[in-house]
Amino acid sequence: MTAKLQVQHLTKIFGRRIPKAEELLKQGKSKAEILKTAGATVGVNDANFEVNDGEIFVIMGLSGSGKSTMIRMINRLIEPTSGKVLIDGENLTDLSKKELLDVRRNKMSMVFQNFALFPNRTIIENTAYGLEIKGVDKDERLKKAHDALELVGLHGYDDQYPTQLSGGMQQRVGLARALATDSEILLMDEAFSALDPLNRKDMQDELLDLQENLHKTIVFISHDLNEALRIGDRIMIMKDGVIVQTGTPEEILTQPADEYVEKFIEDVDRTKVLTASNVMIRPTFVNIDKDGPRIAMRRMRENEISSVYVVNSKREFVGVADADHVMGLIKQKNPDLMSVVQKDVPTTGPDTPITEIMEKISQTPIPFAVVDDQKHLLGIIIRGAVLGAISGNEVTEDE
Amino acid sequence: MNNIPQLPVSSWIDKFVDWLVSFEGFFNGVTNFIGGIINGFQWVFDILPIWLFMLIILGATYWLNRKTKHWTLLIFEAIGLLYIWNQGFWRDMTQTLTLVLTSSLIALVIGVPLGIWMAKSKVFAVINKPILDFMQTMPAFVYLIPAVAFFGIGMVPGVIASVIFAMPPTVRMTNLGIRQVPNDLTEAADSYGSTGWQKLFKVQLPLAKSTLMAGVNQSMMLSLSMVVIASMIGAMGLGNKVYFAVGRNDAGGGFAAGLAIVILAIILDRITQAINRNKVPKS
Repeated sequence: MTAKLQVQHLTKIFGRRIPKAEELLKQGKSKAEILKTAGATVGVNDANFEVNDGEIFVIMGLSGSGKSTMIRMINRLIEPTSGKVLIDGENLTDLSKKELLDVRRNKMSMVFQNFALFPNRTIIENTAYGLEIKGVDKDERLKKAHDALELVGLHGYDDQYPTQLSGGMQQRVGLARALATDSEILLMDEAFSALDPLNRKDMQDELLDLQENLHKTIVFISHDLNEALRIGDRIMIMKDGVIVQTGTPEEILTQPADEYVEKFIEDVDRTKVLTASNVMIRPTFVNIDKDGPRIAMRRMRENEISSVYVVNSKREFVGVADADHVMGLIKQKNPDLMSVVQKDVPTTGPDTPITEIMEKISQTPIPFAVVDDQKHLLGIIIRGAVLGAISGNEVTEDE
Repeated sequence: MNNIPQLPVSSWIDKFVDWLVSFEGFFNGVTNFIGGIINGFQWVFDILPIWLFMLIILGATYWLNRKTKHWTLLIFEAIGLLYIWNQGFWRDMTQTLTLVLTSSLIALVIGVPLGIWMAKSKVFAVINKPILDFMQTMPAFVYLIPAVAFFGIGMVPGVIASVIFAMPPTVRMTNLGIRQVPNDLTEAADSYGSTGWQKLFKVQLPLAKSTLMAGVNQSMMLSLSMVVIASMIGAMGLGNKVYFAVGRNDAGGGFAAGLAIVILAIILDRITQAINRNKVPKS
């Protein structure tokens, strides 16, 4: 993983007395104090972060936290007061107007909250806008635009006008416009916030599907933690123009940096009410008292998993057997499954709150076993299911 | 009050005008240029037979309103044009039309770039606003005096005075139209690497078009309101008829010509509005 985009000491101050405000900022004065004494507003204060190639990087914060300013400084729609934005090592803030146009045309494209489609242009003309600006000839740009529309699942709307489409479809056009230019970096400014919840979820899925094939570097602005948890590889939380925490969704949830982040995740934090039984899924298991290695192997193959849970005839939990060891037994023609069962598997009760076991779950490779007082195996907890449940999605259960 | 000497404003301006008159060559050039446009329009209008002229206007109205189907306008136009012909005002009407079209055209050609400039530059907008207010509120008669000094007597000074009086709406509405383009659309244009010109011609002007056209329509109506005033310095046309009627205390003749101006105004207004309607993208 290499850094595609690096932001170094990026600062934006709005207002007239910028040098004074900068000085106050260096002295460590707060945003409110600077506004009072210098009459300048600090948009973003000394931001440092890196976005890796091919990752979805979510910048999160409430309104006024500076996240919109941040994303606009990345393509210099807003000129930074100081600091650097490096793309593939090239500093954007040094570029001349002409060089900047080149970067905007070829390296980055942007998707807007309210779609920002041109009402006087048809869908295909909107999609081809970036290519038209670059001077790509008409046949080629229309073909590329058409391909981009296909990619986002819009067929047969080429000659309609934006107002004839629903919100969700309009944002697909917005996304297609960004994809049509083949730029490596997508800047998405609250791209799905204007959509209703169902459409939003569809678009998030769509984006994840596209990302699997396209591997764009995506900077995604959001104020919605659920959205950030769903789509973000990493999340950066901002408050009052300052970066509060950067980390993976798990890190944000398990180790909130301060009270602000805690409060932030509280709204959406279902961990406090969720218990192990809410997130466990049905395990694949074998009965040690009657099943041998071959049955165990078959169960694993059927379910496409690499380990199987072992119980006895009373359904009491015994342990876990993994595919490699079971395979070894079969090769040796040894029927003693018990000899390869791993017994030190982490277990938990069905009523344990997830907060208590979250950290352990994220650290152990083997899914937790949920057992009741009589040691009966009730279910297992896999990592994805925990995160999914916290971020508000149903736990999918394979039967 | 008597102790304070009167400021010699009028003599200053006289001196300024005298100084300007010394650029005779320049003003002659402008006169010839505008005179050329006027003669061009007038030549076309004179060469067209009256029945063909009527047919063209009616045909244009029909074509522009083919979707909305407001046919009452067609009937009104037919009756109105026949009235003008019947009263013997046809040539006067075409002269007035020439005056209006020429000044609207010049107002458009100068006004739109000024409006764009105002939209792009805060400084220019701040400077220009009081000038536009001045142009529009200064009694239009006042423009006639220097106009005669610079451009002599006839249609040309009439056109110039009309342009000064009628241009502000075009400038203002162009400025307004561009500023009204939603911020995220200009951001979108910028974020894909549009140059200033690309943004202007591909996004801002197309979206400002209907506001801009409303300004042009207003300019046209204002220049029509100048025709009587312009006739005082020798501009020909319907205004001249009204002006003569005033001098002869001829209420009937004044109204007859005034009615023709009203008819022309309504026809021009409806046609430009219909053009504007057709240019707005369907939604």
